[in-house]
Amino acid sequence: MSRINDFQRRMPEASHDLRRRQSVWLRWHIDLPLLLGLLVLTGFGLVVLYSGSGEDWHYVKRQSVFLVLAYCVMFTVAQVRVHVMEYWAPWFYLLGVILLVLVLVMGVGAKGAQRWLSLGGFRFQPSEILKLAVPAMVAMFLSRKILPPKFGHVILALGLIGVPTVLIMKQPDLGTSILIAASGFLVLFFSGLPWRYMFGAAGVLAAGAWPAWMFVLRDYQKQRILTMLNPEDDKLGAGWNIIQSKTAIGSGGIQGKGWLNGTQSHLDFLPESHTDFIIAVLAEELGLIGVLCLLALYAWIIGRGLVIASNAQSTFGRLLAGSITFTFFIYIFVNIGMVSGLLPVVGVPLPMVSHGGTSIVTLMMGFGILMAIGTEQRKVSIG
Amino acid sequence: MPKQQHLKDHFQEARLFNARLLVGVIGILILTGVLLARMYNLQVVNYKDYVTQSDRNRIQVQPLPPTRGLIYDHRGRLLADNRPSYTLTVIREQVRDLEQTLQVLQGLLHLDDDDLQDFHKRMQQRRRPFEAVPLSYRLTEEEIAIIAVNEYRLPGVKVEAELVRDYPMLESFAHSVGYVGRINDRELSAFDEEQYRRYSGTHTIGKIGLEHQYEEQLLGEVGYQYVETNARGRVLRVLERIDPQPGENLRLFIDTDLQDTAIEAMAGRRGAVVALDVNTGGVLAMASTPSYNPNLFVTGISFAEYKALNESLDLPLFNRTIQGQYPPGSTIKPMLGLGGLHTRAVDANRVIYDPGYYQLEGEERLYRDWKRTGHGPRVDLMQAIRESCDIYFYDMAFRMGIDKIHDFGAQFSLGSRTGIDVPSERRGLWPSRAWKRGARGLPWFPGDTVNVGIGQGDVLTTPLQLAVMTATLANRGHFIRPRLVQWVGSEETVPQIQDVDPIRPDHWDYVFEGMEQVVHNIHGTAISVGRHLNFHMAGKTGTAQVVGIAQGEKYDSEALKERQRDHALFVAFAPVEKPKIAVAVIVENGEKSSKAAAVAAEVIGKYLELEAVAEAGASEEEGKQP
Repeated sequence: MSRINDFQRRMPEASHDLRRRQSVWLRWHIDLPLLLGLLVLTGFGLVVLYSGSGEDWHYVKRQSVFLVLAYCVMFTVAQVRVHVMEYWAPWFYLLGVILLVLVLVMGVGAKGAQRWLSLGGFRFQPSEILKLAVPAMVAMFLSRKILPPKFGHVILALGLIGVPTVLIMKQPDLGTSILIAASGFLVLFFSGLPWRYMFGAAGVLAAGAWPAWMFVLRDYQKQRILTMLNPEDDKLGAGWNIIQSKTAIGSGGIQGKGWLNGTQSHLDFLPESHTDFIIAVLAEELGLIGVLCLLALYAWIIGRGLVIASNAQSTFGRLLAGSITFTFFIYIFVNIGMVSGLLPVVGVPLPMVSHGGTSIVTLMMGFGILMAIGTEQRKVSIG
Repeated sequence: MPKQQHLKDHFQEARLFNARLLVGVIGILILTGVLLARMYNLQVVNYKDYVTQSDRNRIQVQPLPPTRGLIYDHRGRLLADNRPSYTLTVIREQVRDLEQTLQVLQGLLHLDDDDLQDFHKRMQQRRRPFEAVPLSYRLTEEEIAIIAVNEYRLPGVKVEAELVRDYPMLESFAHSVGYVGRINDRELSAFDEEQYRRYSGTHTIGKIGLEHQYEEQLLGEVGYQYVETNARGRVLRVLERIDPQPGENLRLFIDTDLQDTAIEAMAGRRGAVVALDVNTGGVLAMASTPSYNPNLFVTGISFAEYKALNESLDLPLFNRTIQGQYPPGSTIKPMLGLGGLHTRAVDANRVIYDPGYYQLEGEERLYRDWKRTGHGPRVDLMQAIRESCDIYFYDMAFRMGIDKIHDFGAQFSLGSRTGIDVPSERRGLWPSRAWKRGARGLPWFPGDTVNVGIGQGDVLTTPLQLAVMTATLANRGHFIRPRLVQWVGSEETVPQIQDVDPIRPDHWDYVFEGMEQVVHNIHGTAISVGRHLNFHMAGKTGTAQVVGIAQGEKYDSEALKERQRDHALFVAFAPVEKPKIAVAVIVENGEKSSKAAAVAAEVIGKYLELEAVAEAGASEEEGKQP
């Protein structure tokens, strides 16, 4: 009791928190605004998916099952105490890295890449673990240091990020490795990584790029990079997808062609219309208005994530919440940028909308962590 | 102490974090702005371009082939029809593994090697992208069902319904109507832009005969439809349609009954029959025997079948009526006799002594008569025509001279194309001084003239030319360009007439009388035929020696013997009082010209009979009218 009094003395707003303690939502560690945002977004996603899959109930049902599962996972994760997460972070990280090594040694391939691990008939992608384990690990590591981090700590943190990134890149899965590197780097950024380091690194990279291009890279490697940067040169291969998706988006106009009336998607011109390129279906059928609605939903969720991050009780929670929220944005940006032809095609799904179980479960797990952080009681362990 | 330091840092770290969060939010706003700008650019600024692009993706223009015009005989019986047929086609661009697909099909349908061979040949031809290449024609209901069931494992394989040309009369009209066949490489590369467009939905083109000659009119005008397709090219719906215009129908002068009569009369012999309407130039019958089934060529003849036709000693592919060039023999004597009278080389009163041979002054050579003993001491032109006296005509030709003979005969289309409306007509050979100097580099000798006088020597004519010559005689000097087609659609073809030099009527009467005696006089060379006729026919017999052996023929003593006999010829018109029909017949190796005369008589008899029936029908109609 004396502990609470001491706490109240130091934190005047604590009484407000105590009142909140009464609500059912808080007791079950549920952040209501975030939950509402997610429900609307996933509902909207199912509507778009029905059209994007060519009006195939099979995909919608499967996605619904995954969503139910993902919501359960989210609620479960939300119940875990933040310091427990912090404690387990290194172990998950370690497990993830070991599994990644196993994937390279004995993984199951699909479309020329080894990403899957088969465990007793159940296939899963270890890289999914690391989407959360890497930021958690880096957050845990940095939260124990005095911030802003010193140079040595920065190097160590980069090492923690680099190992899984390189392993995933080798699968090869460029999209996921970039996202994982970004999620780790965001933790570093929020921990107060000095600007001079960032500008310095940027300068070194820029300076190194020119000689590398001129002297180190071979012609075929250059060609590959050029194709990746400018897929439209390759009109029938990678470029075809982008031309078709841009056509889909552009032909939607402001109001769109109407739900289920998209010609690009329904006549199969649009590739991957129920997975990575689903935003093109939405843009074609619901137009710019539909895109703005979707972005507004995302903005609501991201905004709530930022509030949670800002109000987090521990450095670990703050860093992790910030990273999860921003990584979510990066997903959105990379996907839409890729489908609209701004970025190279790297195979990143549109979060919560694209068809695909693992991605949604991982994302929801992240939101579960956000909810856990957001509903965490102020527990300050003072002497 | 470290704990307290930690606590102090906690607040500072929170501030630092919030500052960084702010920087991050600014970053998010900037990047979101980029995305929105991109979407605005695509969906608002370039909206129209992308709509166009999207429509171009899904909307395709498909040509709709026009229905080819039909060909009817004089009484409206179909000679060339269009029949629905189901064709197995392959679109190369949609097939993943061609060899494997063909193997699957082979297992399902028992395609024969010929089909496959032709298919590979067609595959190598120039094609439009996504053009369906036929693999097998005339699928049965069962085969269609088998393909339908297996469609899922045969991408790019389709069953297409199309109209395929059909010739219900089979070989009867192969040489006149001709046939259509697939457009080949050579034809395709010769197309100009306009033709390329007109044939965009059509796979066949007229190859020979009327089908070739009237290609332009028969083809029709291609239509188009705008269809919505998916990325795999499957048509989902028709958005707009411009109907094709069917080609014009042709209606011929030919009467199928008469044509069949002619073919039957030939009784399986090699040869040709041409019958013309003397007043219109219309071709009433035109048969070259033996013939072939033109349907074989429509969808592509197999190599074995083609080889059999092409290497047959009987040359079924050879259109004897317009391409066969034979020495006309005595059949040109009436025309020459008329020329003799007209040029005053002879007159009706002139008589000669025929000892059975003729000799030019100062020459050793004897020109013999077909009758060893000669035709007697006083042979006039009438008798010369009736009995085909060679000596009279040797003498007359010599008196006329080659220049007059050439000029007179040329008016009857000898030595030049008659201009009939089927392609590949040959011009024969009607010799002249200029020709001999040009072709042989030799001057003209009097002996050459003597040989021309009995239709031998260098003279060559086609059966059609002989028929035209006879028709020109029959109508007293109006050369009418022969034509098969009477009606193109609703337009009637016009006769093109060129009159020969005005000739005295009594000269015409005299020659007609001579020709009538050929058939009806007891001494006439065709009396064996004339005896049984119930109408008056004027005619002239002829025999032509067979020179050399036709190219490509193999030596076979039995066949050779038969094939070295003389050709039998006969030209005729009837009724003498008011000529309606002129006929030329050649029976190859027929030996006796009466064989040819019998054929002519049968054709003419049938024609007059049909005419009588038609007239009776017409007058009956008239009788009913009031």
